[in-house]
Amino acid sequence: MIELSSVTKRYPGGHEALADISLTIERGELAFLTGHSGAGKSTLLKLIAAIERPTGGVVMVSGQNLSRIRRAALPYFRRNIGLIFQDHKLLYDRSVFDNVLLPLHIQGMGGNDAAKRVRAALDKVGLLKRERARPITLSGGEQQRLCIARAIVSRPQLLLADEPTANLDEDYARDIMDMFQAFNQVGTTVVISTHDQALVGRYGGRTIHLSDGRLVP
Amino acid sequence: MKAWFEHNLHSLGLALQTLRDAPLASLFSILVIGIALSLPAGLYLALANLDRMAGGVQTRPEVSLFLKPGLDEDRGRQLARRLAERGDIAQTRFVAKADGLKRLHEAGLSDLTAGLTENPLPDAIVVSAAQTEPGAVERLAVELKSLPEIDQLIVDADWARRLAALIDFGHELVLLLAALLGLALAAITGNTIRLQIYAAREEIEVSRLIGATDRFIRRPFLYFGTLQGLLGGLAGWAIVSGGLYALESALERLASAWGSQLALHGLSLVDGAILLASAAVLGFLGAFLAVNHSLRKLQ
Repeated sequence: MIELSSVTKRYPGGHEALADISLTIERGELAFLTGHSGAGKSTLLKLIAAIERPTGGVVMVSGQNLSRIRRAALPYFRRNIGLIFQDHKLLYDRSVFDNVLLPLHIQGMGGNDAAKRVRAALDKVGLLKRERARPITLSGGEQQRLCIARAIVSRPQLLLADEPTANLDEDYARDIMDMFQAFNQVGTTVVISTHDQALVGRYGGRTIHLSDGRLVP
Repeated sequence: MKAWFEHNLHSLGLALQTLRDAPLASLFSILVIGIALSLPAGLYLALANLDRMAGGVQTRPEVSLFLKPGLDEDRGRQLARRLAERGDIAQTRFVAKADGLKRLHEAGLSDLTAGLTENPLPDAIVVSAAQTEPGAVERLAVELKSLPEIDQLIVDADWARRLAALIDFGHELVLLLAALLGLALAAITGNTIRLQIYAAREEIEVSRLIGATDRFIRRPFLYFGTLQGLLGGLAGWAIVSGGLYALESALERLASAWGSQLALHGLSLVDGAILLASAAVLGFLGAFLAVNHSLRKLQ
């Protein structure tokens, strides 16, 4: 599903965020990217989501070489990925329902079918009763669940979550992780970056540890 | 196809919502566009009416025909009547040589003929041309010159030439104004769109992250630009019509002073449709350029 070969990422100014990363994540796997702040976890997720391009090496996702992907093909590639951000990236001037509808709308789906799928996704994350609310009125945990609903509504094969439990208390964090585990159990590949080692231990997935932009064996 | 239609409808809805959400700012933008468009449209209308007026006023280009010396006065009068029946001649006036001499005296120019025993003036016919275009008057003069009864002729088409030149200049001015103010319209729309994109940059970023194409992002802005241009065009049409209504009685007085009964004409439906279509196209172009430039910058 995901294959990185000798990947490096250097930002303008010379900072090397990743150095010589080679790894494979199989389809249906649950993987945790761990490491301290600045270890390169977010950069690695951005490379897998084609938000950034590698400076060197090859990133392959679902058979596509992301180092060479055309700009025009990027939107279609991203439609197969569910992205969950630490800062949620919600649209605060739209309702909960409309936030979740957006990916389907982008893919050209509308009408009753889309509404059914939105409500099913909201039901999965426990926000069905808040569909008319504005995201700003939701708690931090609810906003993160809304972000997850938006990521799963188009039934992606791959979920990428960047520090999804940061700033959440333990109960909320466990709720969120339970959801990821549930998605993984139905065949979705899930990659989660976190610095919370205790959380990782509880879910038993594969751990990929990064330190200063390098893989730690 | 259904999804494409639904998204276009949704984009149109978003564009209308943007106009509704900031009614005062939208109104000002539309008014500015309307005023900008009303200038070339108003000038165009003024020229069209002037053109029409030029065809209706009594001061038509005249050709003075001097008949051959010794030609019988009756034949001269017959010729005047015959010429008056031509389609390219509005009217003729026969001036007998005795009348000509009398007018000369009345004008205080009797010294010119003092000492002459006979009236030196020939009989003359003053011909008013039906058409005011200098080309048509000159063609008429050439034809009249070939008549056997005519000795000499003088064409008085200067004023028509000047009016035609003025109208031509006016048309050029309309084109220049239309081009400049069309550019202004596109710039106003572009600037509005640029600000909107700046305000929506987070939404654009999120949409891109979840798979939106630039075409998807661009569409509501293009609808907005087109809609704003269209409404600006309507405002321009209304301003021109209102201005015409306000000036109508004064212009009618002016026209009657020239001996003409002029009915002022507003923009025809075709003119109006061209104005609206041009405004919409310019709005679309302004939006297209601004949105493409801004999206590139947001990459």
